[in-house]
Amino acid sequence: MTLTDQERQLLNSYQRGLPVDARPYAVMAESCGMTEQQVIERLQSWQDSGVVSRIGAVVNHQKVGSSTLAALAVPEQDIDRVAEQVSAFAEVNHNYQREHVYNLWFVLAAPTKARVDAVLEQIKTETGLPLLNLPMLKSHHLDLGFAL
Amino acid sequence: MNSHASAINDAMELTAAEPLLQLLQEGLPIVERPYAQLAEQLGWSEQQVLDTMAWLADSDIVRRMGIIVKHRTLGFKANAMVVWDVPDDQVDAVAELMAAEPAVTLCYQRPRRLPEWRYNLFCMIHGYERDAVLARLSELTDKLGLNDISHQPLFSTRCFKQCGGRYLDKAPTGGVKDV
Repeated sequence: MTLTDQERQLLNSYQRGLPVDARPYAVMAESCGMTEQQVIERLQSWQDSGVVSRIGAVVNHQKVGSSTLAALAVPEQDIDRVAEQVSAFAEVNHNYQREHVYNLWFVLAAPTKARVDAVLEQIKTETGLPLLNLPMLKSHHLDLGFAL
Repeated sequence: MNSHASAINDAMELTAAEPLLQLLQEGLPIVERPYAQLAEQLGWSEQQVLDTMAWLADSDIVRRMGIIVKHRTLGFKANAMVVWDVPDDQVDAVAELMAAEPAVTLCYQRPRRLPEWRYNLFCMIHGYERDAVLARLSELTDKLGLNDISHQPLFSTRCFKQCGGRYLDKAPTGGVKDV
C-alpha cells in the first residue's frame, strides 16, 4: 500500500492519542494538511479494507480484566481446523501460527481470570493438545504503535 | 488524598467510564461528531463523553487510544516473537535494556513451564521482511551482549485473528459461567 505524506502523517500521529474535541477528525485534518471530509473518507476506506482494525482504545489488561498468552502444539495437518476452533472463542483476540513445535499462539482476554482459565480448559479439552499458559508477569515496554 | 482514597476514587471513575470503554472497543464512529453519537448511545451528554475521554487518556486503564492499524496489511509482514531464557537474577536488567531498543515493540516477562518451555522473556520485533528482522535481532544481541543467552525467533507465518480484546464483555458467549 502506498501512502501519501499526509496519510502517513495521519497514521503516525494518531496511533497514540485521539483529539478530545467534539470534532476530532477536524483536528486531525488540520494537523495533517487535509480536510475533515478527507480524513473521514480515508479512515473509513482503511477500515473497510482492513488496514485499520478500528479507532479505539487498547485496554491495559493489568488494570482491567484478565488476559494471557497461550500456545498449542498442533500437528501440521490439523492447523487450519484447530486455528478455527480457537478463533471461534470471542475471548480470543489474536491468533497466529508461528514456527515452533508450539505453533499456534493466541491471546485470550476476559473480564475475569476465572473466565480466562475456563476458556483455556475448554480449548484443552476440545483439542486434546498440549497447551502452554503464559500470563504476563511484568511489562517492560509501552505499546507505541507502528512508525510508518 | 491518600492512596487508599485515590484507589477507591479510581475504581468509581472506572465503573462510570466502563460503558464508554466498551463502545470504544468496538471503535469510534467515523462521523463528524463521533462523541455526540456515542453520547446518544449511552444516554450521556457529549460533554460527559469528552470529559470521560480526557480522564481515560490520562489514566493507566488504557494503554493507548487512537488509530489501531493492522500491521500485516501495512506491509509489516515479518514479525518475530523472540523468546529468551535469561537467568532469573538478570531478567529485569536485560528486559530494561531490551525495552529501550527502538527495534523492540513489546517486552514482557512470562513464566517458564519446565520441561516443555524454558523461556522467560518475550519481545516482538517487526519488519518489512524476514531478513531485516533477523538483522535487527542480531544487532540487538551484539549491542546488548546477549549472545550467551539462549533465544529463538518465532516468526509468525499466518494470522488467523486480530481484533480488540473484549475485557469488559459482561456476557460470556461460551457455556461456562464466571464464578
